[in-house]
Amino acid sequence: MTAFLVVLVIILFGITVLQLSKILNMSKSAEKLGEGSEVASEKDNNINGWLMLGFVFFTYLLLIVCFYKWWDVLLPQAASEHGSTIDTLMFISMTLIFVVGFFTLWLLSYFSFKYRGNSTNRALFFADNDKLEFIWTIIPVIVLAGLIIFGLFTWTDIMNVDTEDDPMVVELYAYQFDWRARYSGEDNTLGEANVRLIEGVNQLGVDASDPNAQDDVVVNELHLPVGRKILFKIRSQDVLHSAYMPHFRAQMNCVPGMITQFSFTPSITTEDMRMDDEVVAKVRKINNIRREKSKDLAAKGEEALEPYEFDYLLLCNKICGSNHYNMQMKIVVESQEDYDAWLATQPNIATALKK
Amino acid sequence: MSAHANELAVDHHDDHGHHHKETFITKYIFSQDHKMISKQYLITGLFMGIIGISMSILFRMQLAWPDHQFTIYEVLLGKWGEDGVMDPSMYLALVTIHGTIMVFFVLTAGLSGTFSNLLIPLQIGARDMASGFLNMVSYWLFFLSSLIMVMSLFVEAGPASAGWTVYPPLSALPQAMPGSGAGMTLWLVSMAIFIASSLMGSLNYVVTVINLRTKGMSMTRLPLTIWAFFVTAIIGIVSFPVLLSAALMLIMDRSFGTSFFLSDIYIAGEVLHNQGGSPVLFEHLFWFLGHPEVYIVILPAMGMVSEIMATNARKPIFGYRAMVASILAIAFLSTIVWGHHMFLSGMNPFLGSVFTFTTLLIAIPSAVKSFNWITTLWKGNLQMNVGMLFSIGFVSTFITGGLTGIILGDSALDINVHDTYFVVAHFHLVMGISALYGLFAGVYHWFPKMFEGKLMNKNLGYVHFWITAIGAYGVFFPMHFIGMAGLPRRYYTNTAFPYFDDLTDVNVVISIFAFITAAAQLVFLYNFIHSMFYGKVGPKNPWKSNTLEWTAEVKHIHGNWDGPIPEVHRWAYDYSKLNSDESDYVIAGQDYAPQHIPLQENEEEMHH
Repeated sequence: MTAFLVVLVIILFGITVLQLSKILNMSKSAEKLGEGSEVASEKDNNINGWLMLGFVFFTYLLLIVCFYKWWDVLLPQAASEHGSTIDTLMFISMTLIFVVGFFTLWLLSYFSFKYRGNSTNRALFFADNDKLEFIWTIIPVIVLAGLIIFGLFTWTDIMNVDTEDDPMVVELYAYQFDWRARYSGEDNTLGEANVRLIEGVNQLGVDASDPNAQDDVVVNELHLPVGRKILFKIRSQDVLHSAYMPHFRAQMNCVPGMITQFSFTPSITTEDMRMDDEVVAKVRKINNIRREKSKDLAAKGEEALEPYEFDYLLLCNKICGSNHYNMQMKIVVESQEDYDAWLATQPNIATALKK
Repeated sequence: MSAHANELAVDHHDDHGHHHKETFITKYIFSQDHKMISKQYLITGLFMGIIGISMSILFRMQLAWPDHQFTIYEVLLGKWGEDGVMDPSMYLALVTIHGTIMVFFVLTAGLSGTFSNLLIPLQIGARDMASGFLNMVSYWLFFLSSLIMVMSLFVEAGPASAGWTVYPPLSALPQAMPGSGAGMTLWLVSMAIFIASSLMGSLNYVVTVINLRTKGMSMTRLPLTIWAFFVTAIIGIVSFPVLLSAALMLIMDRSFGTSFFLSDIYIAGEVLHNQGGSPVLFEHLFWFLGHPEVYIVILPAMGMVSEIMATNARKPIFGYRAMVASILAIAFLSTIVWGHHMFLSGMNPFLGSVFTFTTLLIAIPSAVKSFNWITTLWKGNLQMNVGMLFSIGFVSTFITGGLTGIILGDSALDINVHDTYFVVAHFHLVMGISALYGLFAGVYHWFPKMFEGKLMNKNLGYVHFWITAIGAYGVFFPMHFIGMAGLPRRYYTNTAFPYFDDLTDVNVVISIFAFITAAAQLVFLYNFIHSMFYGKVGPKNPWKSNTLEWTAEVKHIHGNWDGPIPEVHRWAYDYSKLNSDESDYVIAGQDYAPQHIPLQENEEEMHH
């Protein structure tokens, strides 16, 4: 695969060099004819006009190749309820972008080619046309109005947390360079916390005297029941971080000194997602790559890579220091029963702090 | 020729009073001549550009081959590249300084500083800037800030590495990362000086454009370049002071124990005393400059592209008034959209809605400009000079990069692509590559005005353009894909996530294209330096352009015109205009009518 791509790049580069050497040769012969000026000659106009036409096809081709080769690296279907709306909006915007981009780039290159300079040509003195200006002001206005309205409704839906949905409150706690999650327990209310209370095992600075805190549960792996709305209350201990959960189309910064929030309903369990066709294909591809790499490692006498299995991820997406690139937490989405069973095995704060 | 020129010099000696003896120091170093200052800006900018691009080569190597050991790391990075393995902190330092240098030192000072200085007096018909002294101070402050920025690369704990946006608390606390020590202090000092330099320059540009236009040069006859520089300077004056205040507050937080941006922090095993501040405040202040900044970068490029495109298309720029109106609209909107960088910062989601609205509005003037450029090409007689190619390339990357802004500016869509490589691809195309194309277009086009009539080699120019054009798309198209795959930016390596293992291929392709593109810039560098000394001297007005700079003396003299300053009788875009009976051009046999040519007898007055 890599080899193929490298070859592709080399071929493209080769074509470029070839074309360029042609230009150079042609202009050299032009120089012999006494056209030694550094101002574009008719020949230059001609060659560059053709190259401009070629350029738009190169752009299209590049895009097609990118899609063909890397369609499968894109994120699989959204694993949250609001995520599918985002994906629809994304699809509409993308379609629009491709249509507009396709035509404008075509016009740009085609005009550059068609009207390439020639001593017999005469340019048209065309300085103004209010009707045209009006058309290409009003069309973007209408199209954007549609996009803005769709976008704003989606955004408001996602960001407005309705307490009537009775969301389950979970705290995400970020610090250099790891995550913790705190479940609010049976009362569904998080106990007060502040970094000034951090001491020993009380890593999150939870106020041990707060009655709401007693049943809170601190864990380092996030488990979520499928189909239940989760309200994340997000804190940071030191610098800015960002809680990014790409599969759920969810992200919110973690800001020291304030509590931010984001809420979503996971809709696909980890088990089901592992069976999703796209995910299966992606995992297979990744494992092939890892096997190849392991062979190299084995040759060097190093340990082989473990086979990969799909899991949802929480990543840090705001530069936070030297280990920013490895600040992650596994997310497991499971049925309510499995979730309950898992949570029961985790000690709550009252017990944890007593130890 | 020269005898004639001397005669003129004698005749009009009273016209431009101060012709005192120039020493080497007053001519080349502490020069107050706008042409020399513009060259100083350009060469300093190019030098910084070499550093910035070299850094990107290093981190592209790291991203494509994270497991590989490169001795070059050890050679260039010393203790941060021991045994050919790049230190993660150094990776962050490289991306930080790359961003800072490219945005501020190359694309702000190198682009706007160079061409505002060169073109404002020449194109409006002025002997020099309103204040030559202030102009000189502006350059030397810029030089000082560049020097400090370069020096910061050599401090023991490493240069600033909190990202070019330097969000506190990361940038405020040396405990958070080594780069936030002395490196960050120097970064802030350098930026404070840079802002002072930029303000002095901008004030000078505004005053010059308002006061020193030659007779007949009304605002509606200004070339679009001048409109762009003028409005850019105004945005700079409005927004840069806010960055200065942010930088000062950050200095206070770092060194004097204040809590503007810090609150409730537990780091390195202890609680800090700071309480009540908010990092979100810094984000607001930073982006109040930061967003206008991208227009400070792109507007001058837009202005130059408009001018170069009209000249080489032998056609008037289409919709001059609409072009001016959209520059003004973009400038206004640019100051009320900063929040789109902060949709997920924790600010009130309602604000997110407001900023989505204002942000997407910018697409309208941008679309108008793009369509106007395309229409300018339509039925033209395109002269494919290198400057023209870069101008067409500019429109291409401005469209491809600008369109993805529709996604990022939409708060709902931003949730999943925020801070991923999708953003990196977007802004590199729309402001990085586009502005660089503008810079190159300007250099190729106005090289004769900088270096006394010498032209750059066109064939090397063509090689430079085509490799760059192909390479730039080769770098940034695939980058959208790894962004949409969910890969966050500023990751030292993706190997910590097996989920991203399939992106290594893409990174390899991107890096190879990046190396090829960077190599093409060496062609430019060679061409630039070679032509500076050995370039062929072309005609006085090589591109047959209408604007006033081509009537100024080829030889650099203080005062620009040996005789009186030409009077302006028409707008700058009378290309291929026909006389009233449509039998020939306005001036027979010449498809352009420069601004200083009075209205001809059988000519209809159509514009301005």
